[in-house]
Amino acid sequence: MAITLNVNGKRRSAPAAPDTPLLYVLRNDMELNSCKYGCGMAQCGACTVLMDGKAIRSCTTPASAVTRAQITTLEGLGTPDKLHVLQKAFIEEQAAQCGFCVSGMIMSAKALLDTNKNPSEAEIRGALAGNLCRCGTHTRIIKAVQRAAKEMSA
Amino acid sequence: MNAPFPHNISRRRFLKQSAGLTVGFTLAASPLSFAQQAAGKPAPLPGSLQTNRMLDGWLRINPNGTVTMMTGKIELGQGITTALSQIVCDELDVALSRLEIISGDTARTPNEGVTSGSLSIQDSGTALRFASAEARDILVQAAAAKLNVPAGDLKVEDGSIVAPNGGRATYWELTTDGLLKREATAKAKPKPTAQHKMIGQSLQRRDIPPKVTGGVAYVQDMRLPGMLFGRVVRPPSPRARLLSINDAAVRRMPGVVAVHRDGNFVAVAALREEQVIAARAALRAGAKWEEKGDLPASGPALYAQMKTRRTVDTIVSQKTDAAAAASGAKSVQAQYTRPFAAHASIGPSCAVAQFKDGKMQVWTHSQGVFPLRGDLSKMLRMPEASITVTHREGSGCYGHNGADDVAADAALLARAPELKGRPVKLQWMREDEFGWEPMGSAMVIDMKASVDAGGKVVDWSHELWSHTHSTRPYDPDGCNLLASWYIADALPAGPSRNIPQPSGGSDRNSVPLYVFPQQKVTNHLLVEMPLRTSALRTLGAYANVFALESFMDEMAAAAGADPVEFRLKHLTDPRARAVIESVAAKAGYQPAKGGDGRQGRGVAFAKYKNLAVYVAVIADIEIDRASGQIRVTRAFATADAGLLINPDGVKNQIEGGMVQSTSWTLHESLPYDSTGVKAHSWAEYPILRFTEVPQVEVTLINMPEERSLGVGEGSQGPMAAAIANAFANATGKRIRDLPLSAEKVKAILA
Repeated sequence: MAITLNVNGKRRSAPAAPDTPLLYVLRNDMELNSCKYGCGMAQCGACTVLMDGKAIRSCTTPASAVTRAQITTLEGLGTPDKLHVLQKAFIEEQAAQCGFCVSGMIMSAKALLDTNKNPSEAEIRGALAGNLCRCGTHTRIIKAVQRAAKEMSA
Repeated sequence: MNAPFPHNISRRRFLKQSAGLTVGFTLAASPLSFAQQAAGKPAPLPGSLQTNRMLDGWLRINPNGTVTMMTGKIELGQGITTALSQIVCDELDVALSRLEIISGDTARTPNEGVTSGSLSIQDSGTALRFASAEARDILVQAAAAKLNVPAGDLKVEDGSIVAPNGGRATYWELTTDGLLKREATAKAKPKPTAQHKMIGQSLQRRDIPPKVTGGVAYVQDMRLPGMLFGRVVRPPSPRARLLSINDAAVRRMPGVVAVHRDGNFVAVAALREEQVIAARAALRAGAKWEEKGDLPASGPALYAQMKTRRTVDTIVSQKTDAAAAASGAKSVQAQYTRPFAAHASIGPSCAVAQFKDGKMQVWTHSQGVFPLRGDLSKMLRMPEASITVTHREGSGCYGHNGADDVAADAALLARAPELKGRPVKLQWMREDEFGWEPMGSAMVIDMKASVDAGGKVVDWSHELWSHTHSTRPYDPDGCNLLASWYIADALPAGPSRNIPQPSGGSDRNSVPLYVFPQQKVTNHLLVEMPLRTSALRTLGAYANVFALESFMDEMAAAAGADPVEFRLKHLTDPRARAVIESVAAKAGYQPAKGGDGRQGRGVAFAKYKNLAVYVAVIADIEIDRASGQIRVTRAFATADAGLLINPDGVKNQIEGGMVQSTSWTLHESLPYDSTGVKAHSWAEYPILRFTEVPQVEVTLINMPEERSLGVGEGSQGPMAAAIANAFANATGKRIRDLPLSAEKVKAILA
């Protein structure tokens, strides 16, 4: 049994049953640490990835439903040596405490900035409203998204 | 009503059993042995050097040009490893890039107990500061001998020791195996503030880059060769007994390697994570339990009942001045309450364990690897020397959550014979986290005070009822690991205890910093614990400050005074006054400005534990009278934390505390019924969302000549009271029962 997906621009296979949640294929088979288990019920956003540019919850998406789509995870945005503007902005703003929610935050923000280059603060808050943070770093996350938006449009 | 485990195991039996088990139980971390050490009269040493006295336990200077720093404190996302590295590099005169950090490892680091109570800079930071200064001194002395130059003439730059005549020696050449193998003396003076290069700088945190790039950052990211995935099958409620289980059928499911039952404890291991989740679901569906439903009611009935329970009573503070008290012109009394609350980490608890050749290795996000090892030893009936516990970061914990319990679950499963020494990563499901983490205790606080004709408080009383706020592992009279209460050879939980003053547990921050001529503070610790409670960030301080600071506003109203002016009138500590004056200035505070029923502004203050950071908060709120929703639009804080090691790190903690407290204060109450907790997901335990988060502005007062004060729990209490005071300011009505939910707002405004 194997499933083949397009992940971060590459075709990759995993020995998983078709109904396996995308989260576990990405996290365990493809060793993509950014995809986090938070609730398994699409309530917290820690597992957010992009499917054809749209933010989805990988914990409730069966892998078999996305075999034809382009999946992007945080690892597909940038690397420690070549950071994506959003990753850089999160570091500049020190927009994390424990950081467990942060990859989901960045992916939701990426989906927002791809369709809205100059979002208002209210639009940023709205786009991230489905992502939970417990440490209370929300205000820094908003600043990081604003910084990235500015830099992307500069 | 008994403790929250199914069997009544007598503590006497436990003590008999454990006495013959191992000599490892009373290790250096217990308060008793601290006292014993002090009685033996070794010279007192600063911070955690007192209990971990060898220099090479803290630092290694390596011939390859690196420095290894070892700390018993651990990273929780609070930035402590970055702050400690700033201290070490400044004192040692080495670049940050040379520093390697080992933290929280029973095999490799000092035993500093638990990373809690906002004490890491004070305990570990102080120890490392003195250890580094002394190590630098030792290296400079060695260079002086080698170069034949007086030590006072030498300068150090990034580990290179330079003499005026151009002679050079480096730490990396001078270091020898035995160089730091000596007891610290703390005689080398740490550098004065003027010479700090890294202390006081907002350096970027070391732990953030991997967290924003998908690096290996958490215990959840660990992958070991042959590693299995594990899950635990918890009962439907804490007092349930397992009658039967369909383990044979589940063993035949795809990928299942082991179904491990030990009494009422059940766990399962499989090759793949989705397989173990399916197996867990099948076990839950097929297991038959006998449940017990005898938990107390929630809400007002709970609070009334708490006051009738068996308690241990302590007078926390008492000042008597009958003449002053007799001058009281107006008296006010009120009851404040808070419900049970959850830590509610975003990532459920997770641990990796491996049992091989008689040795147990556990990786987890516990705040205290040494105390955890102690309780694992009791539960596993293995000597401590055969167990290693290593910290790996997890999702933020905010106190005693499931980090220790999940390690116990993983360790029990790792010993299942079917695993044959393979490592297993056991993660709780979301419902396990809500259902089984220890919760923050509900509290009832009765306030009573009088003011005299001049508007001064002359008599003050603060009386509180609470369950314990501290049931962490390593209690001498029990085992505080969840699984240990369910295995066939079950152990008893430790009894309810209160952390004594001056920091306090339930009574933390119950003693006012305001100067009142007569006052009495009483703590009623409930002996029985129907619901399992333990340390949730701030312990009792959140509710005590909520009550105390709300009540200060009530007394100000009774005195016809402005809340800011009223506070200042009763404060003599200049640093306390300074943070209040600062936040008032920053917020453009205007006295005597009443709200219009929809908008309001509130102020509050606390010095955390009366020992740590000073924080004053002003919160602005808007009330949607139709929906009953309170929205905190903006909040200001000023904090004085003494010498700031990393100002941005301090700001992050104060800001985060304000936002987390907004969530606690507006939304949070853990639902339960007669059998157990009824929150299984974020739907039953909603927390603050982005759309509700206030704008936050934090001002820091740097006091470089004062010692550093802990900041991690400083803003939560003041934020809660500031919100409540803003509501009273807006509406003229006061909600004294947390949380300030939409239903309560609607009811009080109706």
